[in-house]
Amino acid sequence: MLKHLLSDDLPRSRFLTVLLVLILFGLAFAPFITSGARPLNTAATICVYIVLVASYDLLLGYTGIVSFAHTMFFGIGAYGIGLGLASAGPFWWIAFSGLLCALLLTILLALIVGLFALRVRAIFYAMITLAVASSFAVLASQLSDLTGGEDGKTFSVPALLSPSFHLFENEVFGRIIDGKVITYYLVFGVALMLFLFLLRVVNSPFGRVLQAIRENEFRAEALGYQTIYYRIAANCLAALVAALAGALMALWLRYVGPKTMLGFEVMTDILLIVVIGGMGTMYGAVVGAALFMLAQNYLKTLMLQASSALVGVPFLAEALHPDRWMLWLGVMFVVSVYCFPAGIVGKLRST
Amino acid sequence: MVQAQPPMSEPLLTLNAMHTHIGQFHILQGVDMVVPRGGVSALLGRNGAGKTTTLRTIMGLWPASQGSIRFDGKEIGKLTTPAIAQSGIAYVPESMAIFSALTVKENLYLAAREGEMDSVRLEWIFGFFPALKKFWNYPAGNLSGGQKQMVAIARAIVEPRKLLLIDEPTKGLAPAIVHNLIAAFRELKTTDTTILLVEQNFSFVSALADHVAVMDDGRIVHAGAMRDLAEDQKLQQRLLGLSLDSHQ
Repeated sequence: MLKHLLSDDLPRSRFLTVLLVLILFGLAFAPFITSGARPLNTAATICVYIVLVASYDLLLGYTGIVSFAHTMFFGIGAYGIGLGLASAGPFWWIAFSGLLCALLLTILLALIVGLFALRVRAIFYAMITLAVASSFAVLASQLSDLTGGEDGKTFSVPALLSPSFHLFENEVFGRIIDGKVITYYLVFGVALMLFLFLLRVVNSPFGRVLQAIRENEFRAEALGYQTIYYRIAANCLAALVAALAGALMALWLRYVGPKTMLGFEVMTDILLIVVIGGMGTMYGAVVGAALFMLAQNYLKTLMLQASSALVGVPFLAEALHPDRWMLWLGVMFVVSVYCFPAGIVGKLRST
Repeated sequence: MVQAQPPMSEPLLTLNAMHTHIGQFHILQGVDMVVPRGGVSALLGRNGAGKTTTLRTIMGLWPASQGSIRFDGKEIGKLTTPAIAQSGIAYVPESMAIFSALTVKENLYLAAREGEMDSVRLEWIFGFFPALKKFWNYPAGNLSGGQKQMVAIARAIVEPRKLLLIDEPTKGLAPAIVHNLIAAFRELKTTDTTILLVEQNFSFVSALADHVAVMDDGRIVHAGAMRDLAEDQKLQQRLLGLSLDSHQ
């Protein structure tokens, strides 16, 4: 059953299995084992990024396509649902219509970019996607009447997902099951399904052809595969999943804005997570997203505690000052890439 | 022209005045060759004569700039590589061209375009490449050179193909593995598959081939029965600069 669910792609490492089980249980019970908004926000962001990074891994890790347009598709999904709800009211059918429009635009853009750009060499494709994504981000900022410009737009979600909605009168395991918790489980459930779907894709005959293309495109062609069609299909599939991840993010935040949804920082985060977790592993997206988001959200707090404890100690107290958290985050990534060149999952599977 | 015996039917492959340019270099300068149906045809020649380019041009990996390539009664010179492969030609390049991150099983599944692999045919392949069964679920990149070559050849024959283009299968292999390969190719000869073999190992070729063509400077300079070339040491010395004795 479990083997079938994981498409025969088991973790193949005891430590990795433990790590994945811990992450799964942590995310599944996050509303009940944590309190306050910040941990739940971190858990929801991890869920969204697992899907976003896994979809990028389908492109980079499994097919060998370097694209910088992934945040554009993430943003289209987010803006589709966000602008729909902001302009027409908090109804489910509006949310679904907005999502549908976003998915249609996504597939259209992914097809156009793929058809015109995937025929060129890898570096040129990367440059073209960078240009298209940058143009889209600028467009989203400038169409302020529609998108809210640089400030973005906040919107209301359907009543069931609204924080004011309470499913039960009493607390369940110490937590009131309000619309925020329901939204969390919506995000968690959809993210889990999308991840298992991607795992199925990469372990299917289609996924094997993608891996063959990544290793040697000419050899794959000599076996009779029209590689351009496979590359375009992978591009469209990854874009659709990224758009769905964007829609989940928008639902969770009840906000869409260019920096959060279309910013280049999102793209660099995706790249870092793929590299840290391990390219071409899928599970790398889970481990990488969990570690990255925890570090991004809690490193500053940990450094504040460490710095307070080390008051009076020369150099160390200053070095660990919370203002320098970005520096230490960078150091951690450099060390992690140096120690795990094949990513954490690659390393765990090889030992 | 590779015509050991008068062909009983239309040749499987006919190259007619085939030219190939790679950048500014004119590599193939009018190749004329016929590969009859069935058996093994060998393409010999010194390094740089154009043997590999001939195979790659047939596969469409380097397009012919002039001339025609007829396969099984159809012109394939303008087709794309996947379309040529789908028409029934399998190609085994010289560099043990496997997908190293994939397992042996996945490598073979890739070649089974019909979907599932025929288990009887798979057992038949395991019969002459037992190592593949042993390392079935191992990454192909971890195998030895000989085993990788076995994966590459097995991938080409996992589904019946009309023509196998095999480029230097013995390159860098130990003698024991070469003997296995000879046995495997002899077995393949009993099937409907035709093999066009590019090889430097003369004793390997003479043990297998029925027909031979010799290339020099991008042209076919000799074609005939393999037996005739194997028995004529003067001809070998003239065409290939070797004698059979030194390769036995």
